[in-house]
Parts: sequence; C-alpha cells; structure tokens
Amino acid sequence: MATAPVIAPNTRETTDPPPRGGSRRRRAGRAGRAGGHLRAGWLTYLILTVFTVGSLFPLLWSAIAASHTNSRLAETTPPFWFGGRLFTNLEAAWTDANMGTAMINTIFVAGTVTISTVLFATLAGFAFAKLRFRAKNLLLLLVIGTMMVPPQLTVVPLFMAIAKLEWTNQLQAVILPTMVSAFGVFFMRQYLVQALPTELIEAARVDGANSLRVVWHVVFPAARPAMAVLGMLTFVAAWNEFFWPIIALTQQNPTVQVALTGLGQGYVPDRGVIMAGAFLGTLPLLIAFVLFGRQIVGGIMHGALKG
Amino acid sequence: MTTDHASAAPSVTSGGAAPRHDSGKADGPPSQERKRTERRSRWYRWDLKYSPYAFISPFFLFFAAFGLFPLLYTGWAAMHQVSMTNPNEMEWVGFDNFSRLWDDEFFWNALRNTFTIGLISTVPQLLMALGLAHILNYRMRGSMMFRVAMLTPYATSVAAATLVFAMLYGRDYGMINWALDLVGIDPVSWEAGTWSSQFAVSSIVIWRWTGYNTLIYLAAMQAVPNDLYESASLDGASRWQQFRHVTIPALRPTILFTVVISTIGATQLFGEAYLLAGSENGGSQSQYQTLGLYMYETGWFNLHLGRAAAIAWTMFLLLIVIGILYWVLTRLVGKSNGEEA
Repeated sequence: MATAPVIAPNTRETTDPPPRGGSRRRRAGRAGRAGGHLRAGWLTYLILTVFTVGSLFPLLWSAIAASHTNSRLAETTPPFWFGGRLFTNLEAAWTDANMGTAMINTIFVAGTVTISTVLFATLAGFAFAKLRFRAKNLLLLLVIGTMMVPPQLTVVPLFMAIAKLEWTNQLQAVILPTMVSAFGVFFMRQYLVQALPTELIEAARVDGANSLRVVWHVVFPAARPAMAVLGMLTFVAAWNEFFWPIIALTQQNPTVQVALTGLGQGYVPDRGVIMAGAFLGTLPLLIAFVLFGRQIVGGIMHGALKG
Repeated sequence: MTTDHASAAPSVTSGGAAPRHDSGKADGPPSQERKRTERRSRWYRWDLKYSPYAFISPFFLFFAAFGLFPLLYTGWAAMHQVSMTNPNEMEWVGFDNFSRLWDDEFFWNALRNTFTIGLISTVPQLLMALGLAHILNYRMRGSMMFRVAMLTPYATSVAAATLVFAMLYGRDYGMINWALDLVGIDPVSWEAGTWSSQFAVSSIVIWRWTGYNTLIYLAAMQAVPNDLYESASLDGASRWQQFRHVTIPALRPTILFTVVISTIGATQLFGEAYLLAGSENGGSQSQYQTLGLYMYETGWFNLHLGRAAAIAWTMFLLLIVIGILYWVLTRLVGKSNGEEA
C-alpha cells in the first residue's frame, strides 16, 4: 500500500541536510560505506518484510473492513478482500460521523499551526543559532526543558480559560495553545548552526541589510529544507493532536480525532462505518507519506542525530 | 563626504553601507546628512541589540501563556475544589486533593497500570527497534522502502490506530481470536482481562512507535565510524560481538534519549486506553485505566477539576523523580565504564 515511489539503496542522506523535493541521488562514491558494514542476507529481508507487513496490515485492513457491511464483519471468518460497500460507508462516515466537518476543520487547524510553528521556530532557531544576546544559553535550556512537559499539566487551566472566554467548540481554542513548539525551535537551531554560514549574515549586514532583511533574504532561503521537514512533522502532529481537542471540542464542531473518538464511543454502531472513519481520518497523512515519505524519514533521522 | 564618522558608526560594516546609499543625494546640507547617518547607526545598533529578542519572543510569549502559566496554575488549582460545571469558582482546600489521592485505590490502580503498561510497551518496543535498526544498517536494496513502511504507523493517529486494533482484538469477531482459533487456542476476551487488555493497549503503542525509534537508532548507527567495525572484525569479532561491543556502547546516549522519551510517553498514556472500549474508566474493573485516563475521568466525568489538577501534578512530580533516577543511573553506569557521560 503506502510504499515509497523512490527506492534509495545506498545513501546516507541522514547525516546531510534533509533532502529537498526531487533531489537526485548520489550513487556510488561513499556508497560502499553507506549501507552499513555488512551485507544483508535473505533472513534480513525476511524479517524486514514481516515487520513491513505488520506495520501496514492494520491500515490495509481498516480499508478492507470499511468496504463491508456490519453483518459481514460480524461473521466468524473476517473478510480478507475488499467488498462493495466502501463508498457507502465512507459517505456515512463523512455525514453521520461528521467526518466531513472534521476534515475541513482539521485542515484549517493543522495548516495554521504548521505555518505559525515553522515561522516562529525558524525565527527563534536562527536567533539561538547565530545571534548573540544575553541569557542565550539559559533560554535555550528552558526551550529544551519545555519539551518534557506533558499535556496533562496544562489542560485544567486551559479548560478554565476557554470556559470563561466561551471558546468551547471553537477552533481557536485548539489552535492557540499549539502555535509554537519547543521541538521546532530546537530542530531549527540545530539545523541552522551548521547550514547557515555566519559569513553570509555578515555579508548581508555589510550591504546594509537590517535584521528583517537578513531573515528574509538569507535565513529563510538557507533554512528552507529544514522548514519543509519541520512543516511536515508539525502537520502530522497537529493532525493527530488528541488530548486537548477532545476536551475543548465536541461532536458538534470536531476535528478528525474528536470525530473518531465519537466513533469509538459508539455514536455510530456500524463497524464498517467506524473503519471507514478511521481510514478516512488517516488517508491525508498516508498520501503525504507516499509523496514525501523519504523526506519525513530523513527529517526524523536528521533531528535524532542532533537530539 | 560623510566625513570620517566611523567612530559614531557601530562597526565597519555599516560604515561601508553609508556611502553607497547616499551617493545619489549627497548634495544635502552636511548637518542634516550627519544627523541622518547618526540616526541610521543608532537604529542599526538598536536593531543588532534587540532583534534577537524580537525573534525569540513569539515562542516565549506563547510558551508563557499556554505552557508555563498553565503548568503553574495547575498546581494552584490542585489546592482548590473546582467543579467542571462551574470552573471559575474555586474554593481553597490546601493539600486535601493530594491526601485524597493517597487513600484512593483507583489512583493506585491507575499508577500500577501505567507502570505495567509502560513496561510491556516500552521494553519490547525499544529492543525490537534496536534489532531492526541493526539489520536496516546492512547494505541492502529497498532500505528506504522499508523505512517509510515502518514509519507509517507513526502517521496513524492514536484514535484511528486504536479503533482498528479494538476491532482486531474483538472477542467474537476479531481477527486475532479467529487466527488463534485456527491454531486451536480458545478465544480470548482481550478487553475484559487484566493482562490481556494491558497487552492489547501496549501492542498499539508498540505498533505506532517501533518504526520511529528504529529510525532514531539507525541514524545513530550510521554515525558510528566504520573503522571500529573493521578493526573489530580483524580481531575476529562475530556479528553479534560487534553489535554487543561496538554498536551498543556507541549508541548509549541515543538509547538513553529514547528511554527518556518513551518514559514520558508512557507516563501520559491516554488515547489507547480510552478508545480500546471507548470508556473513560478503562474497563469494567479499571483494569487498564492509566493515570492520564484517570485524570480525565476525574476532571471531565466526575467533574472534579481540582483533583484532576492534583493528579496532573503528581504525574509531573513522578516524571521529575524518574528523570533524576535516570540521571543518577547514567552517572553510575558512566563511572563504572571509565569515561563517557
């Protein structure tokens, strides 16, 4: 199902900056080292295939189950191939389970959160990577520390706040608290430290550029590959955001995860429709994975190396 | 023209900029010209000094408003009786909410469940990820395809994944029981049993995060210098010995990182337990209710926001204790190994 269109046998793009859109592969050269020190045997392929199947099977099965009637799914032998009910069930999920509203809401929420996270993370990451200011190291430590705060610690006051502001069920209630991310700041900092030559900033300053111009003409172009990766990671995270949305929103104006929670609580008792909802709610990210899987993999590995 | 005003200019850099800009309209009265240069250099200095704060301020403003303040206010709310129906009326109760938790069997149950589920989800997950990363590091075809495929569960939300797994684990029509029946094992009532339900919840976590951790380990393994392996194999080390004595020591910081991240994740485990049967009590016997879920039930189903805040802070303190524990442990391990931090 979601296999990547591009197969990359021997590269180590992970230690390089995350690759851009259609970047060409560098073959040979370091390829000898690239794939590792040992050659894979049939057992390796077998194990990897088993895990690949295991990773993809639940998703594939949700699509299969989404194409059957409730009574077919209640038979002793589960279905292994697609039935004819897929579009009926998808339609039911779209309207009855409110997945339609949910998808549109989530696109808006995740889109806004992604843009603001990437923008603010790039600005702050640039400042931490290349500028001098007071208490820099302490503030950076604070950024890293905030990555560890679990969401449970913020929801009670946030809930009290939105109750007071009467923001329950309104999208800004789930957008505002996630507009920035500590991980993003750290990620951009780590990237810009090495990807943005300090001489370039100095040269721009010599030309009389003020800080905003430096950001616009030097930092953003240099940061673009990392911004793209951070954007994708943020979009995935924002799309899947769960704990706070189910508190702040209800089934009247849900995001995808809130609508899926409604399905899980049995608002629609049809299993085919439940699976259709689960599949539908994952589909946009699956498409993103088919298109940009390589970049996302590269981004996670790149971030990990520095983290 | 601008005379030698370099002393007023903050650095050579803006001194170089001035002539170029002014060359077109150099015929203005010199005093005005000088004033403009001064203004510009003052602005320049000001820009250089304060722009870093402008760049980091959006992050810190949002963090202060939606991270730090709520974190502290949760502690304040934990000292009050607050009802979810009227959340803006608070009554001071001191540490009552905390002492109540101490006598609360459901709290201890949730703590225990969080611990056992955390253990059976994290340990196998990280071990598998380590093994998978090791073999993905072999020279092979289709490596990227395997990586992308193993990462797809990461793109699947907790809610979607749990709905699918809940069906697979279904007692009567679930595929897992059907498969067990094929090999002659009686159907298991997955959701109803304690161990079976905790196993089910853990398997969702494992499914979603193994690929992610694999990539993290793989990235670290690719950074290990190849000569280490070469000299090891010259010394006649087997694959297993190389893995044991070269890979693992080199990966120690990364392993610690994933252990910490997984611990944080396990402590706040919520969605998987909530949606396994769609009930906030985590099973009829609360057999798989986690701390996160218990906090949610307390706050938003039993309407005691103050007590929910107390649970949240307990989780936070727990994390701090675990953090210190890890820190001490790595210190000890580091010492016993000579160097390494």
